[in-house]
Amino acid sequence: MPSPERPLSPHLQVYRWQLTSVLSILHRASGVALSVGTLLLVYWLIAAAAGPESFATAQGFIGSILGRILLLGWSWALFYHLCNGIRHLFWDAGHGFELKTVYASGWTVVGASVVLTLIAWIAGYAARGGA
Amino acid sequence: MSDAGPLLRSQLGRVRGLGSAKEGVHHWWMQRITAVALVPLVLWFVIAVIAHMGQDYASVRAWLAAPLTFGLMVLLVGATFYHAQLGLQVVIEDYIHNEAVKLIAVLAVKFASLVLGLAAIVALLVIAFGR
Repeated sequence: MPSPERPLSPHLQVYRWQLTSVLSILHRASGVALSVGTLLLVYWLIAAAAGPESFATAQGFIGSILGRILLLGWSWALFYHLCNGIRHLFWDAGHGFELKTVYASGWTVVGASVVLTLIAWIAGYAARGGA
Repeated sequence: MSDAGPLLRSQLGRVRGLGSAKEGVHHWWMQRITAVALVPLVLWFVIAVIAHMGQDYASVRAWLAAPLTFGLMVLLVGATFYHAQLGLQVVIEDYIHNEAVKLIAVLAVKFASLVLGLAAIVALLVIAFGR
């Protein structure tokens, strides 16, 4: 229970931003975002099961500007959570705790998530034939 | 007291068999297992979706109805919602400090994950075995 006499720990804004803490909170944020994104996957599967008309509606939404912006965000969140999740699995196995390694793996995850997102979208547009 | 070292549990609790349910690492472990399973499943899903970009309803439905797709999609949906509800539970427990709100939020996440996962699997069953 809150007691006004007690000392407070420093507020978050007194800390300098660092790659480690930013990537850590991004892992949570991307996980929460992806959980919300499962709604689109479930909707898309139900639309595919329901018939051609509802499937066309779902495809129309996904292909719209809003749908593409959401999908761009979710695809980056997916690749980031995937890459950083693998980074976490290495930590769980007891590897990569040297500060230099932590920063190197962190920047690798940032780069890999951006590159994988770009590759996926370029491949996606190529598969659609440019549209 | 005797040869058991420092007594951390009350003697009454010891007699009643209270204390650790010996499931302390279950949540953590299941999160890692589902994470490992999701690495290949997510990569397969992204590549498969890109490969079917721009295809018409009949082709997408035929792809989803194929036994291999059906099996991998059920695994993907199951691992995704299991992993998501474990992760969201930790986020809720970290940031919500009101016991009642916390309990309701965790239950809501668990129920929603179950319902969404089942809805996706029913949709996949209809696509694979329905008309």
